[in-house]
Amino acid sequence: MEENFEQTISLQFELKSHDFVQAGEASSEIRRRLKKLGFASDVVRRAAIAAYEAEMNVIIHARRGRLQVEITPRQILIIAQDEGPGISNIHQAMQEGFTTAPDMIRELGFGAGMGLPNIRRFADEFNISSCAGEGTSLKIVIYAGEG
Amino acid sequence: MISVRGYFHSVRLDREKCTGCVNCIKKCPTEAIRVRHGKAEINEQKCIDCGECIGACPRKAKYVEIDSLELLNSYKYTIALPPPSLYGQFPPSVTPGQILAALIDLGFDDVFEVAVGAEIVAAETRRLFRTGELKGPVISSNCPAVVRLIQVRFPELTKRILPLDPPSEVAGRIARQLKSRELGMAEEDIGVFYLTPCAAKVTSIKAPEGGLPSYIDGAFSIQQLFPLISRSLKNVQGRGRQQRASGLGVGFGIPGGEVKAVGRENSLIVEGIGNVDNALEELEMGHIEGIDYIEAKACNGGCVGGILNVVNGYVAQVRLERIVRELDQVHEPLEERWPNLAQLNFKVPRIRVEPRPMQPLDSDINGAMAKMVAAEGILRTLPGLDCGACGAPSCKALAEDIAQGKSNANSCIFILRERIMALGMKVYNLAGIGTRMEEQRGDKEEGEE
Repeated sequence: MEENFEQTISLQFELKSHDFVQAGEASSEIRRRLKKLGFASDVVRRAAIAAYEAEMNVIIHARRGRLQVEITPRQILIIAQDEGPGISNIHQAMQEGFTTAPDMIRELGFGAGMGLPNIRRFADEFNISSCAGEGTSLKIVIYAGEG
Repeated sequence: MISVRGYFHSVRLDREKCTGCVNCIKKCPTEAIRVRHGKAEINEQKCIDCGECIGACPRKAKYVEIDSLELLNSYKYTIALPPPSLYGQFPPSVTPGQILAALIDLGFDDVFEVAVGAEIVAAETRRLFRTGELKGPVISSNCPAVVRLIQVRFPELTKRILPLDPPSEVAGRIARQLKSRELGMAEEDIGVFYLTPCAAKVTSIKAPEGGLPSYIDGAFSIQQLFPLISRSLKNVQGRGRQQRASGLGVGFGIPGGEVKAVGRENSLIVEGIGNVDNALEELEMGHIEGIDYIEAKACNGGCVGGILNVVNGYVAQVRLERIVRELDQVHEPLEERWPNLAQLNFKVPRIRVEPRPMQPLDSDINGAMAKMVAAEGILRTLPGLDCGACGAPSCKALAEDIAQGKSNANSCIFILRERIMALGMKVYNLAGIGTRMEEQRGDKEEGEE
């Protein structure tokens, strides 16, 4: 065994539009794994919640998408990419309570406009890029170190 | 190196009776049990003493370590603490007052209802919500199996647990203090005994979760005392003893009773350890919003569903509901019903539950990741039937055990069969039997054509 060899675990989840049967499974799996790996409980929680919000965003808004997770001892990287309507005004989308979710989704208790603000709150690094009519991609990093 | 602390457990295994069947490993909510060398083994760190495995065992090889009644002889004065669930064990013609009288008849010097402790805890909880010291969601500290499930599986939620000593402990403290004053007797000369409906409470008496010492000296099970109480009920001939608790306190034994007593409308009531686990996961993920109080019980139907009761939990629930309805007529505050208690000026002790997180795959994250990768490779070679024949609850659990060096692939009967088959082929080929037989077969087939 090499001293400085750092392990990486990569996970990939395919997400489908309005698939409420599978909804939350990706983030649950991420949470389970991080716990088993022994990450600090607040790191697990922040990563799981950020992943959940990213996952739900794809399911609510996009046609299809993918959640990629890369776990290393130092950080958890979550990339969510989708093919969908995209976000025309990112600044507006980052406001708490702003939502474009259809009524049907909101009646189910989702799409309250807290997804992106929550991700920003729980992430240590957060990037969002979007092209209207094409799709959105999020990059979320959670640091695993203390503090 | 993390030193492993010893944990007291009330759930025990009778190795003689255990046949190594796999019923218990499947029921354990923390996957704490493995069958090794034909016997179940309980992982002390993971076990939360919920008692699920006791109900699952067809051979009654799992049991609860309870005290012998002889312990009563070690004290000058003895007090029984009957919980609400006890009242549900008898037909409707038997009143709680008669049950209390029977407990005295069978040998206790005094009784103190746990339901009174419950009323006091509920009143303090209401006060803390009123003053704003408590903010939702607060998880009840009443069910010790739930408290330990949180310690082990949801360490982040330990700070959400109601920071008050549970009703049984409050009842124990008050009973002891009141009697000590009344009789002028030293507190340690008084023996206080909880009549338990479950395994989980026994553990919390021996090893309290909240950091305070227990004020209870021992636990007898409802099953153990049931025949004695039944006999004493004949002796008391319908005479009852004054019963102090109101419906609010007695209601703690049935689902929803706690929520009613703490008076929070936006509350969640969850029973059954699997359901509690799901609800806590939702809570940890932040999906449960606008909730003040979570009444969570490990047993189906709440405490009347505990493994050490006599009567079917749902039957007991109906009986207890009837008693609660009758007692709901009591409206005077507890201090008026019981002036001595008011004089005690009792303050509910504060507890603080610390996390006790499950061991990860390795003490070092990098090592744990290597083991997770290894376990995934192993899992792909396993049949995926989750049959449990290897002694682990699922193929995934076995794969992790193998990656951690705690088991090996031959534990899987399917892998073992494949390996024996491969070995057989090797021997067969080595002996050259195969070649000769194939030659013979070839000759035969040619002949048939």
